Amino acid sequence: MRRRRPREPAIQQRPGGVGVGAERSERQQLSFPSIFIYGHTSSGKTYVMKTLLNTLQLPHVFVNCVECFTSRLLLEEILIQLQNHSSETRRASPVPCDTFNDFVRLFKQALVSQNLQDQTVYVVLDRAEQLREMEANILPAFLRLQELTDRNVTVILLSEIVWEMFRPNTGCFEPFILYFPDYSIGHLQKILSQNHPPEYSADFYSAYINILLGVFYMVCRDLKELQHLAALNFSKYCEPVVRKEAKERDTRKLWKNIEPHLKKAMQTVYLREISSSQWERLQCEEGELGQIKGLSAHAHVELPYYSKFLLIAAYLASYNPVRTDKRFFLKHHGKIKKTNFMKKHEKTSNHLLGPKPFPLDRLLAILYSIVDNRVAPTANIFSQITSLVTLQLLSVVGNNDQLDGPRYKCTVSLDFIRAIARTVNFDIIKYLYDFL
Amino acid sequence: MELRGEGSGGVGRAGKARRGRSREAGGQAARALLGIEREGRARARRRRLTASPQIESSAMNKRKLKESSGTDGECISQVQKMLRERLCHHRAMGKLFGIDQQYKHLLELLKQTTVCGESNSALIIGPRGSGKTALLNRVLKDLREMKQVKENLLEVHLNGLLQTNDKVALKEITRQLHLENVVGDKVFGSFAENLAFLLEALRKGNRTSSCPVLFVLDEFDLFVHHKNQTLLYNLFDISQSAQTPVTVIGLTCRQDILELLEKRVKSRFSHRRIYLMNSFAFKQYIRIFKEQLSLPAEFPDKAFAQKWNSNIQLLTEDKTVQDILQNLFHYSKDLRSLNFLLMLAVSNVTVRHPLITASDLQEASKQYRMDSKANIVHGLSVLEICLIIAMKHLNDVYEGEPFNFQMVYNEFQKFIQRKAHCMYNFEKPVVMKAFEHLLQLELVKPIERPSVRSQREYLLMELLLDNNQIMDALQAYPNCPTDVKQWAASSLSWL
Repeated sequence: MRRRRPREPAIQQRPGGVGVGAERSERQQLSFPSIFIYGHTSSGKTYVMKTLLNTLQLPHVFVNCVECFTSRLLLEEILIQLQNHSSETRRASPVPCDTFNDFVRLFKQALVSQNLQDQTVYVVLDRAEQLREMEANILPAFLRLQELTDRNVTVILLSEIVWEMFRPNTGCFEPFILYFPDYSIGHLQKILSQNHPPEYSADFYSAYINILLGVFYMVCRDLKELQHLAALNFSKYCEPVVRKEAKERDTRKLWKNIEPHLKKAMQTVYLREISSSQWERLQCEEGELGQIKGLSAHAHVELPYYSKFLLIAAYLASYNPVRTDKRFFLKHHGKIKKTNFMKKHEKTSNHLLGPKPFPLDRLLAILYSIVDNRVAPTANIFSQITSLVTLQLLSVVGNNDQLDGPRYKCTVSLDFIRAIARTVNFDIIKYLYDFL
Repeated sequence: MELRGEGSGGVGRAGKARRGRSREAGGQAARALLGIEREGRARARRRRLTASPQIESSAMNKRKLKESSGTDGECISQVQKMLRERLCHHRAMGKLFGIDQQYKHLLELLKQTTVCGESNSALIIGPRGSGKTALLNRVLKDLREMKQVKENLLEVHLNGLLQTNDKVALKEITRQLHLENVVGDKVFGSFAENLAFLLEALRKGNRTSSCPVLFVLDEFDLFVHHKNQTLLYNLFDISQSAQTPVTVIGLTCRQDILELLEKRVKSRFSHRRIYLMNSFAFKQYIRIFKEQLSLPAEFPDKAFAQKWNSNIQLLTEDKTVQDILQNLFHYSKDLRSLNFLLMLAVSNVTVRHPLITASDLQEASKQYRMDSKANIVHGLSVLEICLIIAMKHLNDVYEGEPFNFQMVYNEFQKFIQRKAHCMYNFEKPVVMKAFEHLLQLELVKPIERPSVRSQREYLLMELLLDNNQIMDALQAYPNCPTDVKQWAASSLSWL
C-alpha cells in the first residue's frame, strides 16, 4: 500500500504490512483484544496509526506514555479524550481517576454517554515501554481491557522494544504482535529526495542525498536524523553552484566541496556537540572549520600547577597496579624480576577495565615522587584535591564514615590526561604500566 | 441504518485497510460496497505477504467487482463474524474441549451452594490460556438457566488486577451487591465487621436465610500479596461458618498457590482444587482445530457451509497443515495460541478467497513464530552490527563475562586495523552514540544501575542476543559488507 503525502515524506511506501493492524479490526465486529506493534524509531508506526484512525474516522484515543508518565495521568488522559470524542469543545472537566478499578467503571460510563457501545474503540498507547515503569498491574490490565470492561475495545501498544522485554513474570494475555519493517536504502533515498526545494531540480537533490547517505548510512539509519542533516548541509552543497564555480552536473567538484564538510558534521552536529544554529553560522563564514567549540571542549579547564600534578598522580594511581609503584617511582628499585611484569593479558589491561580506587596516602606518595621540587603537605594541596573532586575529575569511592581515610578514583580519559601532561612537560606514557 | 463513516466514506478511503460490517447495515448496496472494500484489502494483504510495494488501483477493482459480490459478501462477513466471536471473544460460548470432568465437578459444587445452601471454596488452577475463565463462565451460564437457581444466586466478580488493595476490594463488593445505600456513611472497625454487615444486609424481609453469594476471584495469586491477606482470610472464614451460603472460587495460573497462602488462610480453605492442564493428545488437538473452524448446521447459507466444512476436512488431512499444527503443539498446547493462529488465517478470508488454504496457515504460522529480535537487528546500521559482532567475540573469548564499552571499542579497533576496507575508522564519540542506540533498543543491558560516579565507558553490560540469533540475523541483513560477515564467522583467528 503506497501512501503519497508530498509534505510528509516520512511515509512514502509501506510494503503493505502496515495496514494489517487496523485491517484486522472492524467497526462493529470483534478483533484482537490487544495488538503490539514494534519497529525502529521513525519507521512510521505513530504516523501511520494516527493517519489510519483519523482517515477512517474510527473512534480512538491516542496517548503518549512519556507525556503521561504516571498511571493517574495516563488513565485521566484516556478518559478526557474519550469525553471529548464527539464534542468539539476542548477539555471537559477532568475526572479524577486513581486506580484502574475506577478507570474501568468510568470507561464503561464514558462509552455509554458517547454512544459508542457498538463500535470498536481503539486505545493507542505510544512509547508503551514506559508502562513497565508504572505499577505492576497497569500493563496486564491494559492487555485485558476488553475482558475487564466487557466492551468492544482494542488496545494498541506502539514501541521500539520487542515484546519479550515486556512480558511480566507470571505471564499475561499475549497480544497480537505486528512488526513494522525498517526502510531500505532505496526507500530512504526516495523519501529524502522528496524534500527538495523548488529552486533546484530533483536530480540535483537526489545526487546530494546519495552523497549524504554514502557518508552517513553506515552509521545511522534513523530517518529523522538524516532529514535533519540533509536540511542543514544543503546550502553548503549548493555553494559552488551559487558562486558559479560549478554547474549542477559537476558531481566531482560538488563532492570535493561537500565531503570534508560532511565528515566534520559527523563529529559535531551529529553528536550534538554544537547546535544546528551554530553549525549554520559556521557555514556562512568562509573561515576554516577548526574554530568550532563543541560541548566537550568546555570540559577542559585550566588547572593550577599542583592540581595538574595531582591529577596526573591520581591517574597513575588509578591505572597502575600497586606492585608496580616501586618500579616507576623509586630511584633505586633494585632488580625487579622481568617475568612478572611482562606477563600481562590484554584482558587485565587496566585501560579496558576502568580506574581502580586508591587511598589518599598513595596519591600523595606518587605526587611527591613526580614533582621535582619539594612539596609540603599543606592545606593548600588538600583543598586542591577537594576541588578536583568537585570538578568531577576525581571521584570519591566509598562512604564518608570510613575511618581509614578517603579513597578516590580518577575519572578522566587518556587523551585528557595526555593533554594536561604535555602542558607541564611530563611524559606520562613512560609511567603507565599498560604501555610498557 | 448506521453507516457512519463506512459507505459514506466513498471508494477512495475504502482502499485502506478496514474490514467493517455494521450490524444494522440493511441494504444490498451497502453489503456490496463492503464486499468491494474487502476485496481491495485482500489484495493489499496479499501484496504484504509477497512483500513488494505496489500501487493499489482500488478504484478499478471496485468497479469490476460491483457485479460479482452479491450474496457472497454477506455470507463471508457472516462467516467472519461467527468465527471471530468464537476465536477472539473472551466470553467464547463455544464448546469446551477436554475438560468435561472438571466441568461436572464445578457444576456440582455450585449446585450444592445454590440449591442446598452449602458453603464451599475451590481453586481452579491452570496455565495461561487453558480455559479457566471460559469454564467458569460456561458453568455459571448453565447454572443460571436451571430452574431452581434462577434469580437465586448473587455473584461478586473480583479481579486481582483491578482490586489491588483490600479497601478497594471491599468497596467493589459493596458496589456489586448494590448495598451502597445500606452502608451509607457507616464507619466499621475492621474488615470482618464490614463484611459481616454486608452479608447480614442480604437477608431480605421474610426470608429466613439469605441468598447464596458466589465470590469469583480472578488472578487469585495477586490477592495473596495484599497486607495480611485480610480479604482472603475473611472470605474463607465466612465460607467455613454456616451463616450465609457463600462459595469462593479462585482462578490462578500459579501451581504453587497454596504455598503462598498464610497458615491461617490455608487452614480455612477447603483445599478443593480443579486442575486444567491442557491434557489432550495431538489427535484430539487436530479434532479441536477442525471443530473450531467448522460452521454450525444453523448457518443460513447451507451450500456455502457445506463447501466450507468439506474444505476444513481436507485441511485436517493435509500433511503440511498437520506439520504446522504439530509445530504449534510442541511449542504450546493451550487453545489460546491455536485461536491466534486460526484468527490470522481467518483474516485472509474474503470474497475472492473464500476458503482457507494450507498456504494461509503456513503464512500465519510464519508470522506467529517470527523472531522479533532478529527483526530489530535487521534495521540496525552497519556500525551497530559491527559492535554486536565485537560483543559476540568478547562473549566467546571470555565465556560470557560482562564487558564494558571500552572493551567493545578495543575489539572494533582491532577489526578496523587488521582488515576493514569498507569501514571507515569512526571516532570514539560516534561509536559511543551507536552503542547508546543499542542500549536504547535494549539489545544490550547494564548489569547494575548507572550512577553518577562511574564513567559511562566502563559500565559493565551484557548482550541479550545469543550467537545463533546473531548469525541468523546477519544472513538476512541486507547488503552486509563481506568483511563484516567474515569477521562474524571467524572467532579466534584475529588474535
